[in-house]
Amino acid sequence: MKRAALHAFLGLVALGWVLPLALAVYASLRPYAETARLGYFSPPESLTLDYYARAWTEAELPKYYLNTLIVVLPALALTLLLASFTAFAVAKLPIPGRRTLLIVFTAGNLLPPQVLITPLYSLYTLVPLPWWLSDSMSLYDSYLGLILIHVAFQFGFCVFVMANFMRTIPIEITEAALVDGAGVWRRYWRLTLPLCRPVLAALGTLQFTWMYNDFLWALVLMTSGDKLPITSALNNLRGQFFTDHNLLAAGSLLVALPTLVVFQLLHKHFVAGLTLGSAKG
Amino acid sequence: MAPNRRYSAGDRAVIAVGLGLAVALELALIWGPALASVALSGTDWDGIERPRWIGGGNYADLAAEYPPFWPAVRNNLLWLGFLALIAAPFGLLCAVLLDRRLRLSRVYQNALYLPVVLSLAVVGFIAQLVFSADYGVLNAVTGLTTDWLGDSSINLWVVMPAAGWRHTGYVMIIYLAGLKSVDPALKEAAAIDGAGEGQTFFKVVFPALRPVNVIVLVITVIEALRAFDIVYAINKGRNGLELLSVLVTENIVGEAARIGFGSAIAVILLVISTGFIVVYLSQIFREDR
Repeated sequence: MKRAALHAFLGLVALGWVLPLALAVYASLRPYAETARLGYFSPPESLTLDYYARAWTEAELPKYYLNTLIVVLPALALTLLLASFTAFAVAKLPIPGRRTLLIVFTAGNLLPPQVLITPLYSLYTLVPLPWWLSDSMSLYDSYLGLILIHVAFQFGFCVFVMANFMRTIPIEITEAALVDGAGVWRRYWRLTLPLCRPVLAALGTLQFTWMYNDFLWALVLMTSGDKLPITSALNNLRGQFFTDHNLLAAGSLLVALPTLVVFQLLHKHFVAGLTLGSAKG
Repeated sequence: MAPNRRYSAGDRAVIAVGLGLAVALELALIWGPALASVALSGTDWDGIERPRWIGGGNYADLAAEYPPFWPAVRNNLLWLGFLALIAAPFGLLCAVLLDRRLRLSRVYQNALYLPVVLSLAVVGFIAQLVFSADYGVLNAVTGLTTDWLGDSSINLWVVMPAAGWRHTGYVMIIYLAGLKSVDPALKEAAAIDGAGEGQTFFKVVFPALRPVNVIVLVITVIEALRAFDIVYAINKGRNGLELLSVLVTENIVGEAARIGFGSAIAVILLVISTGFIVVYLSQIFREDR
């Protein structure tokens, strides 16, 4: 009896949680004329994939997906590389002030982005870039600028998580290598990093989602509409087709799709990443 | 055994380059700008002319003659209250219920943290389908004609649950992991002593979760201070949906850039978050002293 009540409660909550997303799917499949007449809460007269085609072609979604990839993939690789080396140095090498370093890095990730954006915006407009790196000729409105801020902002969290993980690796493993005369780089790249695969997978999944979902950095540090990553570009879709919520729903779902797919495929890593971050040091 | 403290020249170069890059990036793009915000908040810089030092002038203006400031402070506080007192406890409740061996537990969990992977911008757009005055589902079901998102006296109250929709799943994941680490012997001992389920939870399990509670609290505060995407996606954070984060952005982007003024708002965010960051750090760095 108690079990049944528990299932009823959890089932209802789960249903309530999925409902908004299901509604978006439903709305995206119905013609605007129909929902304008009947509202979103009505049985369907006709269903169509037309809006997905339109969001794809008219809103040029492929272009924005590509923008996102141009930013997120290098940012992800750089973050994990730089953070894993820093974590290795902090956790495994006797460097003076390493604890302070770790605290400063971790704290940096906790600042609200708004605290940084004003000077960052000014700084970005002042840093010149050659034309082959950015057609805006400055860090402002460049892919590189977005990549750098993603790396800098997410770096602290990754260092914290990986340093915690590396401390659990038995010291004997690197000790033996030390006796063999292995240098710092070899101990990091060949011995420590391969053992970090689970934590790299977890952080990679989590960071992909976070960087993909970024809205603010691109909004403030980009100005050319055609260079925006997809999450920020969605806002343009709204401006263009203000009244057509069905198109917006289809666009939103297409934008959300990669994160939903990553989540379903790498579900275990995603959860591990979130919980690793909250584990004690 | 003490590790070998002497590095070869190559080792030193590797460490210098690796850590040097990390420190340079962190200083140039995170701590430098954060400190610059503090300095700029004392000036009247517009981004073009030479900044002039005006001391606490921006703060006085903020409090006295910037109409959206106090509504934004109020909204941020309500946002925090909603996440901390409703969304987070609900996440805890779900975690506790899901922690026991239950068929379909995976399915329920999946549903609950589905929104966690969505961007808040997308959540904002989905909210429009539910709450739109003309076509929205809520009005269709209830027969009302309320303009949920347009009416500035109520729109915050429908946007906060939309944000909580995501936060609950996040909190639930963290508590689920935390609950697994609570020693089952504690619960058994309490049960043997004749404690009921509720008593066991509040007297034994919840106190044992203290470190997790601190982390959830801090994450909640930070989320509440960072809240931005969702209101920006709905109406650019105006007309009842003002938040401090939106005011910062508004003052620096666009033609009438008031960088000094925007920085002053950012510094207020910084001061509030610093307190919680210190609490968080002292929690997670407590053991290895």
